[in-house]
Order: sequence, then structure tokens, then C-alpha cells
Amino acid sequence: MKPARFAYHAPATVEEALALLTRYGGEAKLLAGGQSLMPLMNFRLARPAALIDLNAIASLAYIREDDGQIRFGAMTRQRAIEFSPLVRRRLPLLAEATALVGHLPIRTRGTIGGSLAHADPSAEYPAILAALDGVVVARGPRGERTLRASELFQSYLTTSLGPDEMLVEVRLPAMPAGAGFAFEEFSRRHGDFAIVGIAAMVARQGDGCTARLVTAGAGPVPTRLRQAEEILEREGLSDAAIEAAARRAAELVEPDTDIHASAAYRRNLTRVLTGRALRRAVGRLEGR
Amino acid sequence: MSDLVSIRLTVNGQAREGRCETRKLLVDFLREDLGLTGTHVGCEHGVCGACTVLVNGEAARSCLMLAVQANGADLLTIEGLMKDGRLHPLQEAFHEHHGLQCGFCTPGMLLTALDLLQTNPRPTEAEIRQGLSAVLCRCTGYQGIVKAVEAAAASLRGTR
Repeated sequence: MKPARFAYHAPATVEEALALLTRYGGEAKLLAGGQSLMPLMNFRLARPAALIDLNAIASLAYIREDDGQIRFGAMTRQRAIEFSPLVRRRLPLLAEATALVGHLPIRTRGTIGGSLAHADPSAEYPAILAALDGVVVARGPRGERTLRASELFQSYLTTSLGPDEMLVEVRLPAMPAGAGFAFEEFSRRHGDFAIVGIAAMVARQGDGCTARLVTAGAGPVPTRLRQAEEILEREGLSDAAIEAAARRAAELVEPDTDIHASAAYRRNLTRVLTGRALRRAVGRLEGR
Repeated sequence: MSDLVSIRLTVNGQAREGRCETRKLLVDFLREDLGLTGTHVGCEHGVCGACTVLVNGEAARSCLMLAVQANGADLLTIEGLMKDGRLHPLQEAFHEHHGLQCGFCTPGMLLTALDLLQTNPRPTEAEIRQGLSAVLCRCTGYQGIVKAVEAAAASLRGTR
């Protein structure tokens, strides 16, 4: 028995969960899939006074399409996303990234809302939220608000969600039909958190193209590499343009040095992985 | 404040119940309260995979679940893999292909492999290696394990 003592609650509705959050005034933790919080509690690095277990709130687990957006209940398991035909069809970048989240036994429990609210900068889902221009819906005592990735993620493991708010839904616009995409990451062992990851998407628009590039692990929050995207949108999707965009990407990130890798190594990985992701994305766009 | 909870669940097809603190991990509940010590406690933070069991048919880390969260669930542990006194094809294959040495990771390895073959009955060697990367083995070098899962996949397809 490892975790320190806590009061355990398993509300059946979001309203009950919110009432409990308010009651504990920031001393409670929401328990989603538990794949990050439980290790912290087992080590007693986290010792919340109360746990509000969301696993009994059945209404928070769904995937549905609504007016060009795919909506995910916050408690939708990563495993359900991985095997969802709707996700494979409309959000193939998310499907590809999901297979890189931990391992299958982790994805059995891990949830999309939990991953986003945990805000590990090396995780795949925060980068996907930014790359696909999605929003999360947060609910609190004063009602609902929607937040984009740039508004949600503030720093390492830090979001702008208030202590009395919870993430209830994730909305991702369906990818343009035929878009090229790739999620590339490097980690020392398969399933580990990425040292650096790159989400890439390219789509045709008129005679030109649009590009999306977002990093994971190359800074305290997922970073959209707008100036690298602009190189592709201006110069096209040639090998030379991809190389130029990859070099620019490495200049745009502000990585830190930590136990896993130096800042210089992460910067170089950003260049290499951006190139790989773009080449694969363009290959898919061109049907290769 | 008493925070003891009653837990009723199905383990290996049998109805079981126990009473424990809400902070008790599922793996400790299985071992200490239900006497099912086949599930091993390794790293206790979701990395090594030794404690992997099937929860409602899907592999999950029992060190990252509270026992109370398994209330009402249907669990399969290593003790439930044998049927009618006969080893499961995966167990046979691990025996045949030297898929274990010290045996510490083996319960988690077998249940992870079972889930892998449920979701992908015809895995390539690369897919087996990727799937089994969820469990760490420090003895075998994995060669025998990969061979065993390939053999078990073929044998399970044959028996369907």
C-alpha cells in the first residue's frame, strides 16, 4: 500500500464532481486514467487530501462527430481513440499519435482529458490539440468556457484550468480530406515519453498549400512553428523547402537541458524529426 | 474516519469479495486480500509491466489502479490462464521456446501478450516487439519471448 491516505469520492455526474472540487478548495485531485497521477501518489510526490475519481461518470466517455468537429468526452480512453474508425477516418494524425502514447496497457486506462489536463510537454496529445487547432471545454461553478492549446498550456504540467474547474470535452476539427500528416518522435525506448516529438500536417489549398508544425518536448508547452510553416506555404513542398523549414524549426524552439537530453540535442532532434515528419506527410499528400 | 470499502468483483470467473482501505492498490488487493500472488509487484509506477492483468478483457497495470476502482469488474490474472488443468497455448509456447528464465515478468508478459493477440491475431515480429515493450524482462533478451508469442499466435489461430 503506497499512496498516502486520502478521502475517496466517485461521483456519478459532472455536477457532483464540481461540487466536490469546490468543497475541497484546491486540496482535491481529479483522478482520470491515473497513468500519471497514480505513480506520483505511489511515490508520495503527490499527497492530495481527496481524490475525485471520474471513472464512474459514464457521460464523459464518447466520440462523436458534430458539424465537422469530432467531440471527445474527457474520460474517453486512449485505447478507444486508437481503435475508433471515426478517428482513423477523420483524424488520422490523432490515430497515429495515439499509438505512441505509452503502451497498450497504459492506453487501456489513460484518457484524452487526463493527458491534456496533466500538460506534460513531452506528451503527444497537447501537441495534437495545438496542431489540429482544437479546443477543450472546461466547466466550473461559473459555467463553461472553451480554451485553445495556447490558452490552456502555461508551462510544464501547468494549465490555466482553475482549481474549481474540470475539463469535460475536447473538440478537434476534422482534418481536410486527403491531408498529409505524420507524428514523429524519438525516445530511448518505445513507449517512453518523447525527448522531442513533431506533429506535421500539410494540405492543398488552391494552387498552394497550408502547413502545420507543432513540437512536443522542445519547450515547456507545445509550440506551433509558424515561421517554419510559412516557408512551406511560400515555397511549396519540395525537398529543399522541407530542409529549410526543418532548419528554421530548430531555430524557433527554446528547449531546456534535463536528465534526458541537452538543449542542443533537442534542437538538433527538432530539425531531424521535422524533416522526417514533413517528408512522410508530403508522401501521404501525394499518395506515395 | 474509517475509509474501508467493500469490493466485489469477478476474478478468473469466480465471484470474490474483500474489504480494504480506499488507498489500496489493486495489485496489493489481489495478492494480500485474495491470496492471488501470481501477479507480481515490480516498479509500482507503471513502467515495468509485471503487474499487468486483464480488466474487463483489456490489459492494464494493476499498480496504477485502486482496488476500489475494480469494484464490479471482471479480472483475469495469471492464475486464470490454465483451463481444465491444461496450460494456455501462450504458456505452452513460453515453455517450449524458453520465453522465461527467472519468471518475475512472466505473468505480466503473458497477459500483455494475450491482449496483443486479441487485438492483433496476426502480428509481425516488429508488432510483437512493440506490443511487448510494455513489459520489461531482464533475463531473456526477449528472443525467446518473441518466438513464443509468434508460436502462440499460430497455435491460437489454428484452434479457432
